[in-house]
Amino acid sequence: MGILEVKGVNKRFGGLQALGDVNLSVKENTVHAIIGPNGAGKSTLLNCLVGKLIPDTGSVMFDGQSVLGCKPHQINQMGISRVFQTPEIFSDLTVLENIMIPCFAKRDGSFRLHAFESFAQEKDILEKAEAILEDVNMADKRHMHSASMSRGDKRRLEMAMCLVQEPRLLLLDEPTAGMARADTNNTIDLLKQINDQRDITMCIIEHDMHVVFSLADRITVLAQGRPLVEDAPENIKGNPKVQEAYLGEVAA
Amino acid sequence: MLGLNFRDRSLFFIVIALTVLAPFILNPFPSESSLAQFNAGYPDLMQRFVIFGIFAIGFNILFGLTGYLSFGHAAFLGVGSYAAVWVFKLFTYNVLPAIILAVAVAGLFSLLIGYVSLRRSGIYFSILTLAFAQMSFALAYSVLSNPKFNLTNGETGLQVYADDPQWLHRDSLPDLPHLFGLSMRSNYQLDIGAWTFNFNVGYYLCVVIMLIVFYIAIRLFRSPFGMMLRAIKSNQQRLNYTGLNSRPYTLAAFVISGMYAGLAGGLMAAMDPLAGAERMQWTASGEVVLMVILGGAGTLIGPILGAGFIKYFENIFSKINDQILHQWFAFLPDGLEDFLVFIIHPFIGKGWHLTLGILFMLVVIFLPGGLVEGGQRLGKLFGRRKKTEDAAKDAANTPAE
Ligand SMILES: Nc1ncnc2c1ncn2[C@@H]1O[C@H](COP(=O)(O)OP(=O)(O)OP(=O)(O)O)[C@@H](O)[C@H]1O
Ligand SMILES: [Mg+2]
Repeated sequence: MGILEVKGVNKRFGGLQALGDVNLSVKENTVHAIIGPNGAGKSTLLNCLVGKLIPDTGSVMFDGQSVLGCKPHQINQMGISRVFQTPEIFSDLTVLENIMIPCFAKRDGSFRLHAFESFAQEKDILEKAEAILEDVNMADKRHMHSASMSRGDKRRLEMAMCLVQEPRLLLLDEPTAGMARADTNNTIDLLKQINDQRDITMCIIEHDMHVVFSLADRITVLAQGRPLVEDAPENIKGNPKVQEAYLGEVAA
Repeated sequence: MLGLNFRDRSLFFIVIALTVLAPFILNPFPSESSLAQFNAGYPDLMQRFVIFGIFAIGFNILFGLTGYLSFGHAAFLGVGSYAAVWVFKLFTYNVLPAIILAVAVAGLFSLLIGYVSLRRSGIYFSILTLAFAQMSFALAYSVLSNPKFNLTNGETGLQVYADDPQWLHRDSLPDLPHLFGLSMRSNYQLDIGAWTFNFNVGYYLCVVIMLIVFYIAIRLFRSPFGMMLRAIKSNQQRLNYTGLNSRPYTLAAFVISGMYAGLAGGLMAAMDPLAGAERMQWTASGEVVLMVILGGAGTLIGPILGAGFIKYFENIFSKINDQILHQWFAFLPDGLEDFLVFIIHPFIGKGWHLTLGILFMLVVIFLPGGLVEGGQRLGKLFGRRKKTEDAAKDAANTPAE
């Protein structure tokens, strides 16, 4: 039994079958990549996992508990964090504040009326936030307005916001899109390091095959809303079905 | 000190100084001079500055931080006034219990309305609050005022009558709102040369209360809770996917701002013991929105500036009439004088709303951050000038090598 079990999930948008009978099992402490051409339904699948969308049929179990019908904040409190395809950060806030919010959510739960406390009293939160900023090489930007950062930096910030929560399952939707080569490699190193050090299971959507093959333990290929194959990376490369649906397109 | 950083502390002390010295600052013109009509140092006007300041500070906690625009906050102010007057009628003219009850009742009322309205956001939230406030107005104006059950005394407004029970009242106490015997109306008039300054008990009570709630607002703005509210305005989705439930946060902000409104309403009744339904009308709700936007939404000092600005103009402009204009322009040739008076006429007296509207448009278009942004721009302008001067000095001092 994997930590995440998706069974028979269907999702239609009007006439479009975005997800058709998707089954997915992600084992604990592995990195599971989901690849597939544009419009394959990858982001839609993640939306069904975090409570943004409710599948028409099927079940989604996280650690033996159904997440269907749960609110996004409840799902997050169960231990699932997500990095979005387009960076979702608090753009009116500073980088440090962006990081502190998930720290509070992790420590205090989904609501706490800390209206008359000051940040000076929150040493543990500040330390934790500073530490993760060091990890993602953003310590020098801590007081920057996050709206004014580059897209790559916003992405790294969002990833740091998810990592600092130490989720049990981290969902990453194209975490390196829009990043320079060097940043991409840093991100790979960071994710590897995190996967080694902590018990985080990762589910990663990525178009960059370099990232996929450096990180993934298992790969699921999705095409037109249906899972095509699920296998170990070395077997995926040679699979003719995959080459036709996806890699072939890249090679062409 | 006070748990505030240097900038906030300075701001707080400036506000203390301005409010405590307001009787001097607002009466800069000798009382017999022709400019005396621009003086604003009258007890009842100064009280209104401070009371609407409290209202706006509270409104800013909701609107400035979370971005939820309520069009119904006057309802909480009105409820606060009614609660206070009922305390006067039934128990005592002492303002302390009246104010406390006003805050409590407004808090409960805003919990109810907020719980329902916050199920939606954006324009739907605004419309819901507006609908609730108009319903409250209708209730106060007619429904809750019939011979069998007269809670609000309808059109006339709720006031204290000689045959009201006032169980805790004693003859030794003033027959007007007081604080442990000190009447809200007692006033000390100081004459220095041609100038007159008024020091009023009611005003200073309002000031003390405003300073307390302003301090609370500063602490709240700088707290983790304040940060969460700003995060809601910035990206509510992200907040939810980060494991935080935005609903209780917005509801808490809504109730806190409702309590500020109730406090303002209670103080209004404490200064003048009556409460009318017109205080709950949508125009009154709109006014506090204008105050906060004009001053600078989301800033600490903005709401106070906005409230003072609007109340000042309301009083001063509405008092100017054609006669006064003729006096001012008397030095001009007759034709030109009449022409100028004709042009300005629509903007004064009852037409002051027109002036306010134009000012509001100018501010929103050219200073989206309100008066605070205007101040900052001026500051920068002078700052830059000083810097270039310094640079020029430096250049002059550095010997050529
Ligand atoms: N909310 C929605 N309403 C209607 N159609 C949608 C919605 N979300 C996604 N779709 C459609 O569903 C299909 C799958 O979209 P999805 O975003 O999941 O693709 P993807 O695999 O993430 O692609 P990409 O690699 O471009 O991100 C697309 O055809 C898309 O247009
Ligand atoms: Mg996608």
